[in-house]
Amino acid sequence: MAKRRERIDRPIKVLSEDIYALESVSRMIYVAAPSVFPILFLLLLPLFTPSLYMQRVLILTAVYALLALSWDFIAVATGLVSLGQALFFGVGAYSAAILNLHFGLPPMVTLVVSTLGGAAIATALVAPCLPLRGIYFAMTTLVYPLLLARAIEATAVLGGTDGLVGIASFPNVWVERYLVLVFVLGATFALRRLLRTDFGLVMRSISDNDQAVRASAINITVYKLIAVYLASALGCFAGAYFTHLYMFVGLSAFSLDLSILPIACAVIGGMGTLVGPVLGAFILVPLAEMVRDLGTLRIVFYSLLLVALVLFKPEGLMNFLHRKYQQIERWVQV
Amino acid sequence: MLRSILIYGLINSIILALTAIGFSLTYGISRVANFAHGALYVLAGFAAWVLFYRLGLNYYLALFLAVVMVALIGAALYRFALIRVRGMPISEIIVTFALGTALLELLRFFGLFGSNYGLPPLRRATLQLSGVPVDFQRVAVVVIGVVLIAALWLFTHYTKVGLAFRAIAQDEQAAMMVGIDPDRMATLSLGLGSALAAIAAVVLLPLGYIAAESGTNILVYAIAVCILGGLESPAGVIVASLLIGYAQILSVAYFGPHYQMIVALLAILVTLVFRPSGLFGRQKELEERV
Amino acid sequence: MFEVTTDFLVVDELSKSFGGVKALDRLGFPVVQGEVLGIIGLNGSGKTTLVNVITGFIRPDSGHVRFRGKEITGLPPEKISGLGIARTFQTVRPFHHLPAFKNLIVPLYSSRIRSAAGGGRWGDRDAVALDLLEEVGFERDSAVPYKPAAALPHGYLRRLELARCLALRPEVIITDELFSGLSSSEVGSLMPLMERLRERGITLMMVEHRLRELFQLAGRVIVMEQGRKIAEGPPQAIVADKAVRETYLGAEL
Ligand SMILES: Nc1ncnc2c1ncn2[C@@H]1O[C@H](COP(=O)(O)OP(=O)(O)OP(=O)(O)O)[C@@H](O)[C@H]1O
Ligand SMILES: [Mg+2]
Repeated sequence: MAKRRERIDRPIKVLSEDIYALESVSRMIYVAAPSVFPILFLLLLPLFTPSLYMQRVLILTAVYALLALSWDFIAVATGLVSLGQALFFGVGAYSAAILNLHFGLPPMVTLVVSTLGGAAIATALVAPCLPLRGIYFAMTTLVYPLLLARAIEATAVLGGTDGLVGIASFPNVWVERYLVLVFVLGATFALRRLLRTDFGLVMRSISDNDQAVRASAINITVYKLIAVYLASALGCFAGAYFTHLYMFVGLSAFSLDLSILPIACAVIGGMGTLVGPVLGAFILVPLAEMVRDLGTLRIVFYSLLLVALVLFKPEGLMNFLHRKYQQIERWVQV
Repeated sequence: MLRSILIYGLINSIILALTAIGFSLTYGISRVANFAHGALYVLAGFAAWVLFYRLGLNYYLALFLAVVMVALIGAALYRFALIRVRGMPISEIIVTFALGTALLELLRFFGLFGSNYGLPPLRRATLQLSGVPVDFQRVAVVVIGVVLIAALWLFTHYTKVGLAFRAIAQDEQAAMMVGIDPDRMATLSLGLGSALAAIAAVVLLPLGYIAAESGTNILVYAIAVCILGGLESPAGVIVASLLIGYAQILSVAYFGPHYQMIVALLAILVTLVFRPSGLFGRQKELEERV
Repeated sequence: MFEVTTDFLVVDELSKSFGGVKALDRLGFPVVQGEVLGIIGLNGSGKTTLVNVITGFIRPDSGHVRFRGKEITGLPPEKISGLGIARTFQTVRPFHHLPAFKNLIVPLYSSRIRSAAGGGRWGDRDAVALDLLEEVGFERDSAVPYKPAAALPHGYLRRLELARCLALRPEVIITDELFSGLSSSEVGSLMPLMERLRERGITLMMVEHRLRELFQLAGRVIVMEQGRKIAEGPPQAIVADKAVRETYLGAEL
């Protein structure tokens, strides 16, 4: 008896990307549930994490979620692959440290300044490379964190290989716990919103076909700069936050780990969806933490996972879930 | 001082050319930027170490087998992985980069860092070159480097496979038309590129240690040479190796050891910003095709 | 021969080589406002390169392009299209993931149009986009304008290219083989549209291989060979030209 799987789209009338015809409360719940429940879950999570260790894992997850989000945003909005999320992280981390140690600014201020200012510095560094594409851009981003780390090492500025210690910590643990979570949620929401506007639509088109955008009288460099600025702001915030959390910054702020794990998160979660990479971080980072005892084998583990996913399941979790949620599947007789 | 800078600069340039030639060849033929290049280099060193010290093979045989093994792994990398994501640069980059990282971290896990592992030089001896002492291994590096580059030139200009390589590098469409299979060529090119990385490893590693850290360094050096020379340009590799090679020796002599890496990194950035096609590259023209 | 002095769009002594290939070789001609200018030539004769140089996608090795007396050589594509010189691409370049009508939001969001239209919220642009699509022959009340561009047949993608130009409210449209890959009936249905554009006073420069249709539209035709102009004149004269018949038309007419 031959059977065939049939897929039917759920009967929600989707006129265009964000116009739904909502006819009943149940439909409304159906549409809202996928975003409301995860948000609630995330906000309640810190209240139910018992140990300090678990709290730290949660925070680390949120930090990687920011880097993954930032990576994905650059990819969606400009079509460029960054191999150097560590650049953004490191610039943010060191600027927060300097602002705090040398200018005596309190953490909440350094956080704002190094997010906005650090992003400006990082964008200025990346800006000359923006006309490059594909592997060429990837190579420059790979080079930057290495270069900054080696420069600090060679010139022994900013604490050289020892790093900088004695940086102020957050005023209290609740600020510490919620700040980064709220930032992740806010940034995800804001960027998704942005991509749905006409402005964001132009951004997405650049990654699809930049020449056609130029032929449409649009200066793509401006858009790429804005995209990189926003993405680096996320990375800088993550770095600055981390510096205050551990009251320390060192060359590890430029480490390769910070560049590759976010890519893995984005690929697992679903590239191009923004929510996907965050979801990916919440799966992958705790997993990677669980096997921390394995030392560097942990990196082997998620690198291989990344390769396997890119090769065999490039769709990503988010796209998969979205498809499953929107469709009814059933077996029918042929 | 001047004489030793001249001599060591030349040696360093040939070392760079050796590390870069495989990367350049693979990219030139198949347009795959093999970010696992550095990892394959370290792997070759480790394989040779195991074959020689653990299995007690003849040293030359061990080196030879290590090269063959890494060549096969490189070919397999294309045949079983990259072939699935051909033409999607994001995925190609992620796959080679992540595989390279995985390989290096795995080796690090086995203790391959610092000065734990090393290969013996071909011969322990020091020669005097116009008053400058140079150890035998470095002389061997120069000889092998020059011979290898000459052999490659002959290979690509006079053998059937080599000519097919050049054909596909120049015009993939036309090459396919005359019956050259691009996937087969790409597999071969990755194999050959990896073999070259492995040869570089077995002749260069006796100068230092087999360590995972050097994987990233080798990758960066290879990229620096290829970018400055112009990706896919063999002449560019030689000129860029000389430029970077001497710049490194000079900056190390005057500023300190950290500058070896910094020079390479700066070479990449400066080239990409001011002349992305490099000194000899045609890539820019190709990319402009609208 | 034509000898028009004009300061509308002037191509002056353009040269461009790729390696050893001379794609453009001291090519020069004026474009008169409001005319339909046909450009023909064998494969590889440099037609696309000419389009790319005029629209700023490629810098020429030497020579000039002037528009309304202003030098535009070497300006980036977005500046040139912002001046009102729009182009289509020989291989269609839609934004695949966007619905067809959303493709037009991109040119509609350019500062050229935004400053003319005085801002407007984003919903407004959808209506304009749908109007434009209707103009180039998308059935308004069908699902076609809402389909992702990736799912559209080739004929519609060619129309979409044209609509992207029209969205810029251009003074000049340069088409690069707009008709190729279309059936005769599809080309036939595009002809009235091209006529309308000409009547609206839009200057058209059409690179074409479909000579029969081109000769109906064009007032003047330039024949290119190896980057040079080998003949120029009204279609009848081109058909009659012996040299042109031998090198080019022989096979086709
Ligand atoms: N970016 C480029 N790099 C190298 N060569 C190029 C490039 N663009 C064009 N050429 C070469 O320049 C010549 C002219 O090409 P062009 O595309 O302008 O011809 P065409 O008249 O448009 O041909 P077709 O009718 O096939 O579209 C050809 O020999 C082509 O191979
Ligand atoms: Mg053409």
